[in-house]
Amino acid sequence: MDDIQSRIIELVAKSKNLPESDVRMDSTFEELQIDSLDKINLSFAVEEMFSIEIPDDALNSLKTVGDVVRGVETLRAAAPPSATAS
Amino acid sequence: MNRVVVTGLGCITPIGNTVDAFRESLYAGRTGIAPFDLSLLPGALSPDPGIRYKTTAKVKDFHPTKNPEQHLSSGFILTSELGAQFGIIAARQAVAHSGFLQHYDPAAVAIVTGCSCGGRGADEDANRNLYLRNARVPPTAIIRTMASSGTSNIAIENGITGPVFNISTACASGTHAIGLAFHMVRSGMAPAAIGGSYEAPLTYGFLRAWDSMRVVSPTACRPFSVDRDGMTLGEGAAMLILEPLDSALARGAHIYAEIVGFGMSADAHHITQPRAEGAALAMRRALEDVTTTLGAPHLASEMWASRVGYINAHGTGTPINDAVEAAAIHQTFGDLAGQIPVGATKSLTGHSIGAAGAVEALATVLALDAASLPHTAGITQVDPALNLDILTGEPRPLAPGKDLALSNSLAFGGLNAVLALRRYAG
Repeated sequence: MDDIQSRIIELVAKSKNLPESDVRMDSTFEELQIDSLDKINLSFAVEEMFSIEIPDDALNSLKTVGDVVRGVETLRAAAPPSATAS
Repeated sequence: MNRVVVTGLGCITPIGNTVDAFRESLYAGRTGIAPFDLSLLPGALSPDPGIRYKTTAKVKDFHPTKNPEQHLSSGFILTSELGAQFGIIAARQAVAHSGFLQHYDPAAVAIVTGCSCGGRGADEDANRNLYLRNARVPPTAIIRTMASSGTSNIAIENGITGPVFNISTACASGTHAIGLAFHMVRSGMAPAAIGGSYEAPLTYGFLRAWDSMRVVSPTACRPFSVDRDGMTLGEGAAMLILEPLDSALARGAHIYAEIVGFGMSADAHHITQPRAEGAALAMRRALEDVTTTLGAPHLASEMWASRVGYINAHGTGTPINDAVEAAAIHQTFGDLAGQIPVGATKSLTGHSIGAAGAVEALATVLALDAASLPHTAGITQVDPALNLDILTGEPRPLAPGKDLALSNSLAFGGLNAVLALRRYAG
């Protein structure tokens, strides 16, 4: 499991008070009972953790844990190195 | 018009996190006031410049992620600060204790709470990080700082969809909340209600601000003592279940006390200096309201005044508050004033600002239920200038025929609220 994936799974598990084994890449927000407020809060934490900014349209399209991981990878790849230091 | 009784109780306080523990400390005179270390609070400066006082009254052993009886889901913890969490758990205790929700339509039940300071912890964290580090503000800062976040979460936990709101009138918030809940049930506007208050304001910035006000005791509050030198800050929550007497009797509920009157007034005088006339007006209005509840015999207010056997005073322990409150009691009761036992719960719990009114209403309800008046702790010698019968030393029996009690709250800004309660003798 790569670093981004493991850190996001840890973050999701902690925020929902779940064991990390219950959080998979294909887990949907619905399955994990991540509501709209949880999603906003999770996005904030991810932005802080990876020094990125998730655009509104990208935020709205996130449905699974894997979506978040792939979104972070994309944003980090697009950003200059100094802005992606974590 | 309904007669309104108290059938359920709950609390989280510096002297107990259950009603049984609170009652035991209340009658044992066991104080929750203790030294604290300012430098350990979140955001404390280093080196810390220090403050003049050394004690607060903090809630102990509150662990909503570890203690099953205080358990809060991740959703509640995400959206509430400590004070709101106290309120949710106190309400949970009261609801479970009374069993009342099984007998009323939750679509009509009311929740009226008091909270003055809101979620100061979240506010201070966000502002400190924003202004010192240009940090982003967490999305939960809005929700956690709302004074009504506990109120909403109580409604969510219990599925109550009736009139639900929070009142912020500084140190009178809790009494205003219970008083309005009482009027709503008395009038039939709500079939039953949860009334109470919560607060957890003991943050670094709050403690420093109160230090600047120079009204906090360097040691511990000693209400009505000749050497009193200020208040002690506290935190906590208390919740009461209110329902009509007839319904409570029909379902066989235990009745702790009856609420028979509520009076409000404003000094319209000064933002910090209390005026006796305002407090006396609220007490008189509470006694007049007893007539509204129980009928209108000739000279009713005077008759009710003669039956007051206990005043749970606002009693903060500041030189000016206690003197003004004593003057107000004399204005209200005239020749009877010196014969009425007066006590101050803040000598044990500290002053929990918005929560104080409900914590003291709880103490008054328990006193009437037990027909035993808790004493005021910490008094070295009662201030003779007050000319009041202050409860000291040990609990005292409620005198026969004196079945009424008042619970006073006199807030900064001159906002006064007084509850009149009566021992329920069946």
